[in-house]
Amino acid sequence: MPSTAPCPSTSADLLVFDVRARLGDFCLEVAGRIDTGRVTAIFGPSGSGKSTLLRILAGFEKGTTGRLSLGDDVWLDSARRVHVPAHRRAVGYMFQEARLFPHLTGEGNLRYATRRSRRERKSVTFDEVVDALDLEPLLARRTASLSGGERQRVALGRTLLSQPRLLLLDEPLAALDAPRKQEILPYLEALHPRFGIPTLYVSHSVNEVALLADRTLVLTGGRVTAEGPTADVLEHLDVKPLADRFGAATVVEARVVRHDAEYQLTWLDLDGQSLSVPRLGHLAEGEIARLVVRARDVSLATERPRSLSIRNVLAGRVLEVREEAGTTFAEVVVDLGPYHLLSRVTRLSLHELELRVGSPVFALLKSVSLSRQRA
Amino acid sequence: MELPDLGPLWLTLRLAASASAILLLVGTPVAWWLATTRSHFKPVVEAVTALPLVLPPTVLGFYLLLILGPRSPIGAFWVRLTDTTLTFSFAGLLVASVFYSLPFMVQPLQNAFEAVGRGPLEAAASLRAAPLDAFFTVAVPLSMRGFLTAIVLTFAHTVGEFGAVLMVGGNIPGKTRVISIAIYEHVETLRYAEAHALSALLLVFSFTVLVLVYAVNRTLPVHIG
Repeated sequence: MPSTAPCPSTSADLLVFDVRARLGDFCLEVAGRIDTGRVTAIFGPSGSGKSTLLRILAGFEKGTTGRLSLGDDVWLDSARRVHVPAHRRAVGYMFQEARLFPHLTGEGNLRYATRRSRRERKSVTFDEVVDALDLEPLLARRTASLSGGERQRVALGRTLLSQPRLLLLDEPLAALDAPRKQEILPYLEALHPRFGIPTLYVSHSVNEVALLADRTLVLTGGRVTAEGPTADVLEHLDVKPLADRFGAATVVEARVVRHDAEYQLTWLDLDGQSLSVPRLGHLAEGEIARLVVRARDVSLATERPRSLSIRNVLAGRVLEVREEAGTTFAEVVVDLGPYHLLSRVTRLSLHELELRVGSPVFALLKSVSLSRQRA
Repeated sequence: MELPDLGPLWLTLRLAASASAILLLVGTPVAWWLATTRSHFKPVVEAVTALPLVLPPTVLGFYLLLILGPRSPIGAFWVRLTDTTLTFSFAGLLVASVFYSLPFMVQPLQNAFEAVGRGPLEAAASLRAAPLDAFFTVAVPLSMRGFLTAIVLTFAHTVGEFGAVLMVGGNIPGKTRVISIAIYEHVETLRYAEAHALSALLLVFSFTVLVLVYAVNRTLPVHIG
């Protein structure tokens, strides 16, 4: 199993919730405890109640019943008629659509937060946020003239400046196109290491979840269906409802062996097997890189292929075959020793290659995503 | 042409300004409530605020005459308080105007607040802004056009009222004779020159105000999103 050692947490508050809310026909009923010293992803298909859960935590859903507390602060206890309004909860909320105040400039939006933040000890300073998110050129701009990615950066900065004890990110990348996502992602990755604010990250993208979150909570139909370290949860994602839409993925960790300046590659060691990926300048030799491998990017072969442009071929054994009659694709779990890979192949290939549990197999990795964060 | 008595004009402007000021204070919370509530009473309150739009002004004026008259509890209380009757006084005129112009303040504001929506206010709340703070620092600035429209429509509508004012205030020079009633009386007494002068004055005044408002409105930014 990949190690998911907890990040050293500065404020190990425990978010405890046991809440129910009815919104029209939809009923959300979730209970859980989240150690908020880290980044936790809330993952699930659309309509599973991810955003509703965040809205309940923030205090935006008035009809919620149950109990909710962060550390010693009780925010909701419907039995005792306690419902702390949103503006008295120390949470920062980043919305999908930024929600900047259009009558203020970039700086005006940031100052709106600094003026109202209550914490005596301001742990996040204005200059620090401007620096971390490269906001300097945006300060004097009207928000209407900002691009989608720029708006999200200002929104993130504004949220940080409200000195939250808990950061709620509600699909902050969902409204952006792919290049803009790539523009924001590095900032989000740097967020927790730099500011150390416990974060809940709502997403329906396996990639984002795997890159950003230490732990993952899966919501389906308004209920928690899985919770645990991200690598474990993603690997055991229930294939039927989720895989087609999201593409299951696995997370593996590999040690940096050397950087190749000539071809701009970094060589990694994955439990004795060699991998090469586009150069990871930010990691030194000997450091651990976290890789996200999506099932659809993994092909299988029964012998080591030659004359192929794919460089990364890993030898393993079939651990499990998940297939269902009447469908096109099957999922194969490949055992690589301490790690598992998921491969999505057609059922026809599965039968032609005669893959069974225990068969030796070569996994061809078409691409991997890399977490910038050190694992 | 002989200049007519301008007393009714000043009285009218004083009445319209006072009514607009009172309605701004009263209508804003009502509009805010209507824009944000999920109460079952919302349609009832909406209907009440829209009544002056559909009722003949004389109907409104008639009931106000009964309610404000010295024999009603309210009217009697006023007499005890001030030693004057509420009907056939400037105060009575003001009360009638406030009721009569209510929809012209409430409806544009309600529309403006609804256009702002919950989004920016939730964002403000998440930045520790208390509801009143968020109202003044987010909802109001984003509704500037709505406020301008509401104030101007209320003012202009009060300037132009006739029926309700006549019922409640009568036609007392210097006290309740507003410009529309003065014009009516000039026509009744066949003094067309004076009627003409006051009418033209009102026409030019209204036109100028509206042009100014629309010009200012154009310079106000439209906030989307």
